[in-house]
Parts: sequence; structure tokens; C-alpha cells
Amino acid sequence: MHLSRRQFLTVLGNGVIAGVVGRAPALAADAADFPRYGNLRLLHFTDCHAQLLPSWFREPGVNLGVGAAANRAPHLVGGNLLRRFNITDARLAHALTHLDFESAARKYGKVGGFAHLAALVKRLRADAGGASLLLDGGDTWQGSGTAYWTRGRDMIGAANLLGVDVMTGHWEFTYQDSEVLDNIGRFNGDFIAHNVSLTEEGLFDDQPAHDAATGHVFRPYTIKRAGDARVAVIGQAFPYTPIANPQRFIPYWTFGIREAALQQLVRRVREREKPDAVVLLSHNGMDVDLKLAARVGGLDAILGGHTHDGVPGAIEVSNAGGKTLVTNAGCNGKFLGVMDLDIRRRRVAGYRYRLLPVFSNLVKPDAEMSGYIAEVRKPYRKRLDEPLARSETLLYRRDNFEGTFDRLICDALRERLDAQIALSPGFRWGTTILPGETIRMENVLDQTCMTYPETYTAEMTGEQLKLVFEDVCDNLFNPDPYRQQGGDMVRAGGMHYTCDPLAGAGKRISGMRLDDGAPIDPGKRYKVAGWATVRSRSAGEPVWDVVAAYLRDRKTVAPMQHRPKILNMAGNQGAGA
Amino acid sequence: MNIKRRQIIRGGLAAAAAALLPQPLLAAVWPQKAFESKKVADTISSLTGGAAVSEDGRIAIKAPEIAENGAVVPVGVSADMDKVETIAILVDNNPLPLTSSYELQGASSPEVSTRIKMLKTSDVIALVKADGKYYSASKNVKVTIGGCGG
Repeated sequence: MHLSRRQFLTVLGNGVIAGVVGRAPALAADAADFPRYGNLRLLHFTDCHAQLLPSWFREPGVNLGVGAAANRAPHLVGGNLLRRFNITDARLAHALTHLDFESAARKYGKVGGFAHLAALVKRLRADAGGASLLLDGGDTWQGSGTAYWTRGRDMIGAANLLGVDVMTGHWEFTYQDSEVLDNIGRFNGDFIAHNVSLTEEGLFDDQPAHDAATGHVFRPYTIKRAGDARVAVIGQAFPYTPIANPQRFIPYWTFGIREAALQQLVRRVREREKPDAVVLLSHNGMDVDLKLAARVGGLDAILGGHTHDGVPGAIEVSNAGGKTLVTNAGCNGKFLGVMDLDIRRRRVAGYRYRLLPVFSNLVKPDAEMSGYIAEVRKPYRKRLDEPLARSETLLYRRDNFEGTFDRLICDALRERLDAQIALSPGFRWGTTILPGETIRMENVLDQTCMTYPETYTAEMTGEQLKLVFEDVCDNLFNPDPYRQQGGDMVRAGGMHYTCDPLAGAGKRISGMRLDDGAPIDPGKRYKVAGWATVRSRSAGEPVWDVVAAYLRDRKTVAPMQHRPKILNMAGNQGAGA
Repeated sequence: MNIKRRQIIRGGLAAAAAALLPQPLLAAVWPQKAFESKKVADTISSLTGGAAVSEDGRIAIKAPEIAENGAVVPVGVSADMDKVETIAILVDNNPLPLTSSYELQGASSPEVSTRIKMLKTSDVIALVKADGKYYSASKNVKVTIGGCGG
């Protein structure tokens, strides 16, 4: 046992107990509040982004919801989130929010880390007496220097050691298709996705497929036995992968939400396999999952990811088939979702859901996993540990519009590539750095590491720039979740703008100005620098080298946040303290 | 060599299939004016000859919510109706809205699928003629620049 009983109870005490009928979600450090429940335990983590070691991770201070998504989870931040879920415990409040981040982080320590996660998983599986499954929602093979250099293999090894039973994917598909299949061959669990199929060209070219007759590239679902229960897990990969990420790595694979196909599959699986429970392991993003849950019947739960929402409760969604539980388990290995199900007469009769934060101070790391991580990192240590500069401000990314690390990237791009304007994608991964800490190469890689990191400079007209901003903004604020892609707003350096999230497509952005106040002229050309182009490969050096060179040169940086002016969002609970 | 042998053969097959179309179909009146109309309302009225069109839930349009590639958007239309004579697929925001129009024989299943080019986000409209009457349905398909995924 790697965890002392008392440590373990403290850890568990930090989980929210939700879904207990007739009782408000409660917190306590007492074993009575974490009793064994039911006869099937589903453990779920997602979007770890290859973070093998504990890190800091600040949750967003701005995560606006529009339309039906306004003022409800996951679009609640800070105190709004804590009040909605009745959270009073200070440590848990720190895990779930951006509030007073720096001092709380120094007090409670780092989060995540696979060795810590492994210790928790082992204990929780032992407690369930073998009636458990470990599900990984994807975005596991990307997000660190070692994942990039080993083409995701370091994470396959870690997932195998962790005992992941089933996974689906998104950033997994940013390696070459043949590498993806090779990695899946090395993975001990099942890689599933019902919504990825071969294109007609792929079928015609005899590209590898799980089932050439149906076109499924991967197994659509898997049946797992856990204790006395038989569970069907259906995979839902990120439906917009070839749009949000380069199609060139996976030219024969086509994706989509495929709601009708999912409904058919759920029906067929229930009829043919007669499982005790049917679960969707989803990388849709929470807003898409909530809509999907209302329209597709027969799923007991959707365990979701992609949007990195640490939601401390399961949302019950009604549909024609009854009720479906929707969860989202945050990112970076910071949380472990624990869904305990009570299965009676071949159906789910009750549940409890807790989102457990993984505080590394409270968990004794698993020795085997620690050893593995040290071994994997060994050849790269020198490069990862290179000190680059000191930050005087808190560096983070999560926010709908801008993070300070993005500001740093934009500053570096503008200076090193001599551009008026810099653009940086609104990703949601990347770790946090506290004021006074040294930015090492590893930190830069954690914010930038991917398979299409090349930088570019291009001449763009003001009109083209507006088109880009409007396009990305619609992916964020389209009132129909099926038409969103789940990232945040493109980050801009060297310019400012005004955004009205409630306006229609093409009408949200106004008042575009350069830093000096001059309005951006639709007909005039501007020199723009950026990275991570989705279409063809850019010519410039990788963004991490540009940022590293800038930092070595500066020695000290202090980027501050410059949000655009936001209209019509007063009172929205996706912003504020 | 970029083009694979199979692709060339497949191109040849498509051409051969076209040549095998039954004569009465090829003899159908080519709706020149409809294909050249620039406004969707004009296209529809030129296809229907001004007859009334009613929206109908029996028509199903299969298309992605967001296109993976605006240059080749897979679209399928099926109509759960009797005596379907024609199915036309239109894109509201395309410079020339009418993408294709299919004349069906009595024995064929009222279901067509094709790939269309879309300039920008638009409603895709299916116009179905069944037993002399016109019906329609539409679905919005988003065309995006892409990138910036979480």
C-alpha cells in the first residue's frame, strides 16, 4: 500500500459526493462520507496531455456560456461554480477555480502526476474489489516534450502501467495515421471510436480498418466485464479532428458527431450484447455531450472530456430513453472521476459521482510508475531542464480570450519574426508557472509541443484578419454546441478588438486596432506571425525555439493579460470572482 | 506519379456509368435556367414552375454539422414518400445555388448522395417532387477556416 489510510481519507474527503438522493453534495474527511456504493466503479481521467509529473494548473477565470449554456455547468467560474455545487472546502475550491491562485497553489501544492494518479487508481480499484474499469478519454499522447520525441510512446507505456482498460482519442490523431495504428498496437487496452470511418478513397485504397464493411477504422465499442457486471463502452472521438487539427496526418479518416449512428449503435448493443450498463467515453466537449444526452436515449452515462471542464458533479439529462449522466473530468491529470454505479436486475439503479482532485502532497507516489517516468525522461533531462528566464507574473493559458503564457508567445513571435501582429491558437492545455519561478525548456514545451509547431509570417489584409477572428469566435460562441469546436478564442498580440459573444456569426468582432490605437483597415496589409497552421506545413522554425530564444535573450519577463473588450456579458456566471 | 492506378480506373468507371444511363433520363429536359440562377428563390421557382413548395419532415438530409472540407461536402437526401420524381440539392449561399438535380425512375429508391462544393456556411436545401407536388427540407452546414482545437 503506497498510501497511508489517513492520507487516503484526506484525498477522498476532497472529492465531492454528488448524486445522493435527498442529500446535498457534502465534504468530509471522515470515512463515513465515502462509503462503498453500488457494485461497479468506473474511474475516468481525460485530457492529461502527457503530463507525467505533478504541475500547477490554474482553472479559467472566464468561460462564458451563451444561449442554453449560459449560467450553467460547465460555464460557471470561481465563486459561481462553488456556490452551484455547494463547495466550501478551501482545498477543493482551489482545485476547481482560479480564485487567489498563487497563494492557494503555494499552500496546497502541485496537482496531478502519473505516479500519484497510479497510487490513487490502485487504491480505488482495490476498494472496488475488482469490479472496476479505468477509462481514458484521450489527449493522452500529446502535450509534453517527451511525448513529442517518443511519438506518444512514453504515454502508451504509462497508460499500460496505469492499467487503462479503454480509451478514445483526439490529439492522438495528430501523429501520422500509421504511427497511430502502431501505437494502438502497443496499447494493452481497447482503443475505441464509433465515429471515425474510412473515406471512400480510404476504402478504395484498402487502408487498414477495424471493419472494412462498415468503414469503422477502430472498434466502435467494447464489452468489459468488471466484477459481476458487463459494461458496454462506446467510443466517441473528437468529432472535428480533421478541421481543428491537420487532415494531412490522417487523410483517409473522416469524423463527425454522428448522432443518428450513435443512437442505432446504442440500440443494437443493448439488444445484442444485453449489457448491464452502456457508457459513452466521449471527447465531444461538455456542451456537445449535454446536447447529445438530450437527444440520444439508452446511455447510462457520458464520461466526457475535450473542454477541460473540472465539473464536480454529474449532470442528469432527461431524454426519450430515461436519464443520462454527463460528466467532464478536467485535464492535465489533475482530477480522477469516480462513478460508482449500483447495478440491479441488469440495469443501473443508482449512482454516486465524485471528482477527486489529485493533490501530490496528499498521495504517496507509486514507486513503479515513478521509476518508469524517471527512465523515460532520462535521455531528455538536459534539454528539458535548461533554464530560460524568470517570470515575475503568473503564467497560465485557460481563459476564453487570453492567457499570460499566450501573451508571452505572441510577444516572442512579434519580436523574433519582426511582425506587427501575432496570432496564437486558443488551446486549453499547458501548465501554469508561479511568479518568481524559472521558466525551463520543459515549461515552454508543455505549452507548445505538437506535431505541427512550425511558425510562419504572412501578409494579411485587415479584412482577412477579421474573417479569422469571426471564424474562431463562432467556433466558441455559436449557440448550437454541435457547431462549436471546443477551443478558446485565438490569442492576438499587437492588436486589440471588441467582442460581442451574443451577436450572430460574422458580426461579433468590432473595433480592431493596432497597439498604437490606429484602426485596422480592411483593405490594408499587415505582417502577421503565428504557428500551428492546420492546412499545409509552414516553413518557419518550431514555435518552442522561437519562444526559447526570446526568453534566453530577456532573462526576466512579466507578461500581463490584455483581454479584448467584451460586450453584453454583464452578470454572466462564466466570468467574475 | 501522384495518381494511383486505381483512382484512374475509378474515374473511368464513373464515366462509363454515366454513358450507361438509360436514354429517357438523358433525354429529360436540361434545367438550364435553374442551374444558372444566382438566387435560391429564383432557382426553386424555375425548378417548380412557380408551384407551391411545402416543408416536409419526411425528407432527411444527411450532412455534417461542420464540413471537414468545403470543397467536397458529402450530402445525402432521402424522401420517405411515394412516387418521388425528382430530388434537387441546393446551397443557399453558393454563387450558383443548384448543385444537382436527379430524375428518378418509378422503381428506384428515393435516395441520392453526392459531394458538393460549398463556398461558406449555408443552408443546404433539398427540393423533392413527388406525385406532382413539391416538398422541401433544409439543414445548415458550417464551413470554417479550421484550427485552434482544444
